Amino acid sequence: MQTDLLCALIPLFPLIGFIINGFGFRRIPKSLAGAIATVAVLASFLTSCFLFGAFLGNANLTSTAGPLKAVLFDWISVGDLDISFSFQIDQLSLLMLLVVTGVGSLIHLYSIGYMKHDEGFGKFMAFLNLFVFFMLLLVMGSNYVIMFIGWEGVGLCSYLLIGFWNTNTNYNNAARKAFVMNRIGDLGFLLGIFWIINLFGTTEYTDVFKQATSLAIGDPEILAITLLLFVGAMGKSAQIPLYTWLPDAMAGPTPVSALIHAATMVTAGIYMVVRSNVLYTLSPLTLEIIGGIAIATALLAASIGLLQNDIKKVLAYSTVSQLGYMFLGLSVTAYTAGMFHVITHAFFKALLFLGAGSVIHAMSDEQDIRNMGGLRKSLPVTFITFLIGTIAISGLPPFAGFFSKDEILAHVFEHNKVLWALGVLGSALTSFYMFRLLFLTFFGEFRGTEEQRHHLHESPATMTAPLVFLAILSAAGGVLNLPGGGWLSDFMAPLFEGSRQVNPEAFAESTIDHSTEYILMAVSAGVALISGIIAYVMYVSRGAVPAPETTERSMPEQVVYNKYYVDEFYEAIIVRPIRGLGDALYSFGEFIIDGVVNGVAWLVRAGSNQLRLLQNGSIGFYVFAMVLSIVAIIALRFFVRF
Amino acid sequence: MLTLALILFPAVAATLLLFVNGETSRTLAFGAALLELALAAYVFVGFVPDAKTQFAFDYPWIGSLGIRFSAGVDGISLLLVLLTGLLTPFIVLSTFNRNYSRASVFYALMLYMQAALMGVFTARDGFLFYLFFEAALIPIYFLAAMWGGENRIPVTFKFFVYTIFGSLFMLVALVYLYYQTGPINGAPHSSAITDFYNLKLTPTAQGWVFWAFFIAFAIKMPIFPFHTWQPDTYVESPTPATMLLAGIMLKMGVYGLIRFILPIVPIGVEAWGTTAIILSVIGIVYGSIIAIRQQDMKRLIAYSSFSHVGLMAAGVFSQTETGLQGALVQMLAHGINVVGMFFIADVIFSRTNTLQLDQLGGITKTTPKLTVYFMIMLLGSVALPLTNGFVGEFLLLHGVFTFNHYLGLAAGFTIIFGAVYMLRMFQKSMFGASSTRTESFADLTGSESWVLLPLAIMVFWIGIYPVSFLKVTEPAVVNLMKYIGTTAVSLK
Repeated sequence: MQTDLLCALIPLFPLIGFIINGFGFRRIPKSLAGAIATVAVLASFLTSCFLFGAFLGNANLTSTAGPLKAVLFDWISVGDLDISFSFQIDQLSLLMLLVVTGVGSLIHLYSIGYMKHDEGFGKFMAFLNLFVFFMLLLVMGSNYVIMFIGWEGVGLCSYLLIGFWNTNTNYNNAARKAFVMNRIGDLGFLLGIFWIINLFGTTEYTDVFKQATSLAIGDPEILAITLLLFVGAMGKSAQIPLYTWLPDAMAGPTPVSALIHAATMVTAGIYMVVRSNVLYTLSPLTLEIIGGIAIATALLAASIGLLQNDIKKVLAYSTVSQLGYMFLGLSVTAYTAGMFHVITHAFFKALLFLGAGSVIHAMSDEQDIRNMGGLRKSLPVTFITFLIGTIAISGLPPFAGFFSKDEILAHVFEHNKVLWALGVLGSALTSFYMFRLLFLTFFGEFRGTEEQRHHLHESPATMTAPLVFLAILSAAGGVLNLPGGGWLSDFMAPLFEGSRQVNPEAFAESTIDHSTEYILMAVSAGVALISGIIAYVMYVSRGAVPAPETTERSMPEQVVYNKYYVDEFYEAIIVRPIRGLGDALYSFGEFIIDGVVNGVAWLVRAGSNQLRLLQNGSIGFYVFAMVLSIVAIIALRFFVRF
Repeated sequence: MLTLALILFPAVAATLLLFVNGETSRTLAFGAALLELALAAYVFVGFVPDAKTQFAFDYPWIGSLGIRFSAGVDGISLLLVLLTGLLTPFIVLSTFNRNYSRASVFYALMLYMQAALMGVFTARDGFLFYLFFEAALIPIYFLAAMWGGENRIPVTFKFFVYTIFGSLFMLVALVYLYYQTGPINGAPHSSAITDFYNLKLTPTAQGWVFWAFFIAFAIKMPIFPFHTWQPDTYVESPTPATMLLAGIMLKMGVYGLIRFILPIVPIGVEAWGTTAIILSVIGIVYGSIIAIRQQDMKRLIAYSSFSHVGLMAAGVFSQTETGLQGALVQMLAHGINVVGMFFIADVIFSRTNTLQLDQLGGITKTTPKLTVYFMIMLLGSVALPLTNGFVGEFLLLHGVFTFNHYLGLAAGFTIIFGAVYMLRMFQKSMFGASSTRTESFADLTGSESWVLLPLAIMVFWIGIYPVSFLKVTEPAVVNLMKYIGTTAVSLK
């Protein structure tokens, strides 16, 4: 009972925050609105911590007793289908809860400083709270439909926040693109849910997974279900072919990019796969497909990141690429490693975005790194924390990213050497574009205008404090799961009982010995280091600056710079044909159908005009017709009995 | 007995209204509609969730022929009675800032319409149903023809003739069914709908009856390709009439499918249901693709409504419990959303004199209230979870998906295209830079807010706690599934 209440409180706090700020917008002063929103998320964080502590303290729960459930009420109930509004607290939801509310609190705090001068401040904080509410539903739901509520809800908030500055048509288009692309994924997710309902008769995780353990590996229905669910994940977690919305989503205010488009929402796809790990373990083919898509996404996005000049776009492509790494881990059933990377990525990518926000703030809304440079003197805190974030994401020891990425790559190595090599290549690209970004922004000479130079300043404490917190986490996050059986692996192990049962081989002890493991670590760290040094030589020693827009580029460079023309390709093969079809159906299709209807009406009228002639008023003709009819009827009766 | 009151009260009130002049008539009409709402709410609350017909009455009409004046409320009628009761007062209220000439006639026609609709949704006799089905057409015809736009005369005439034409097929089917029943209670035949349920018709006969009913209902809803009367009629009618049409009247068609086609001709449905469901799904995609390209808000909403109704029909023909329950809930939800949407269009038109999207924009700057209500109605329309549209669409799509996976996928495109055209409409009208027409756009007035507030509450009520509606319809749906019998596809 008490835990039911606690569970309900966690999403309730941000919901209340949303309602207060939503209704009180323009009446509540900014300082109060900011405080309300931040405290709401902080309260959820503290409640989550309390639940986490209780969970750890309760040995029964962590081992065999199964997850804790809080049923609030019956939501949709039709015949045998019963979908309750209920939450499930287990290792996975607790981890996500802590990340979402923890990082969320810091970003709320940061937003107070970042959005201070915006007239829509209260509305902004309300939307952020609403986002946290839906994100919490997503990770706490005890069945797929509650997850779907959160899933679509965060999509809505993402829409509202990307298009927050809604007088700008480009921003609005970006917001709409994000929502629609996510909806394509959502359709897959929804159909997956239907299939689950028809196969298992329920959507409750515990019941579904229990029944699933009795199925054989490679079951075709499970293949279909997992693929459909993964379509949903592709949309939300920006994988090929549904990734192009995420870079555009950078139109939103920077805290939004940090919270929604880096740390939390975009990892929902990984959460979903880990949550459904039994189903995915049952379907090796799906995992192969995920692996292929993941590595392709990781490399494609990283390569685009190499040439981008917008500080947020670089980070956006980096996010797409890192999400690819997470899926890569999942594809070799390294679920823990995938989740580990979700957590460390939440730390360092939120840090990098917030750092970028601090830079943009200082540069009077300048986002082009070609106009930055030398900022480390005027933004010391931002610089140090950004440096830590860069080292973390590049996979240099001993910061967080090294451990999580290394764990993924080690598992991939066992599974498939080619994938591993590609993964290391991606790692090299990551390190290069990140250090390029760092050097162009913080080193060398200042390249902005005189006015910008004059205005340069370190951000206020509400903004730097979250940076420092996140920098500490990014630096030390690796201790969560040190190589050779860390805390996280032990903690999450019960989640994969079902998977272990259906496919023990996939969870067998690692076959690679320690020396190989060390060599792998050294290779990935070494490659990252070399990339970083190359970037140093190019952008610091030689002081190179990316060419302005107008420069002629070589053919391959041109293609990469324009993001492989994928947006243009979609425009040509999907958007325009649908528009054309809409016009054609409206003008031509409707014309034909209506023509048939009118034609029928015309036939009736023409026919009745002819029939009218029969009524000519001549008695003789009537008698004649009558006699003829009677003869006809008698004759008919003679031939046919009726 | 209460059912009789539901039908008679608005009719009597309407007749009295004809003797009142001018302004007071709308206040009185609003009062009468509110009383009717109270009555409908009382019926909803007092309804015992089982499969029986309640609050019924039954008088001989043409006694010697076994045709009776009998009506009552069961689980399938209930939500539609509630919908009719709920929407009418707010449709009346929506006109409070507008001036219509010959006001007393205008409002009397709306109440007559309500009476006829109540009759349609509660009739227990086939011929009585037919009577109300046709009677409902008369007030709406005059509303559209007398107060409509420039092009109203040919458009409404086409609408009138087209739907009458469809109903004739139904009349033929009803007469045929009537003659198939045996002697009951001293009368040679019976036209009670439940007696039709027990007929054992031959497969061939079932096929014919299926098509006779289907054409009548398909024109009414409308289902592709019987829809061409609809967009013009919606655009040309005065907005309150459009609301009545889209919000309530088209549900007569869906209701008819559930009340007549499924239980009376199950073998006909087995034979032709796939054709019907394919037409419905074509309508979903066809309507939404056209909606994407519309410039006129009213026409856009008309096509979106056409698309949504296609999904309801598809759900019904899926012959699954989820499909049927989904259709019932979605009728309620769609009524609320579409009335909200048309009203918002009306609000915008009243201030800017245009509904062309390229002439709007930037409205949100001065209108926090309108923006929020518009957004809520939009979310309901695009079926975001926790709004009313989701519950219906989720169940409907599950029904269609269970019937056939590919049709489920095709029908599912509604959630993508729905987002495309709705967000486009919202963005083009509310966001971006102001145009000369929208520069000094005034936010909602008091009475306008009072129209949208109850609708918004319903959006969330149905979305968050749909069980209060699903539970009352369930026994009736389960009962209906028995008639569908052999072809039923149930869970697992």
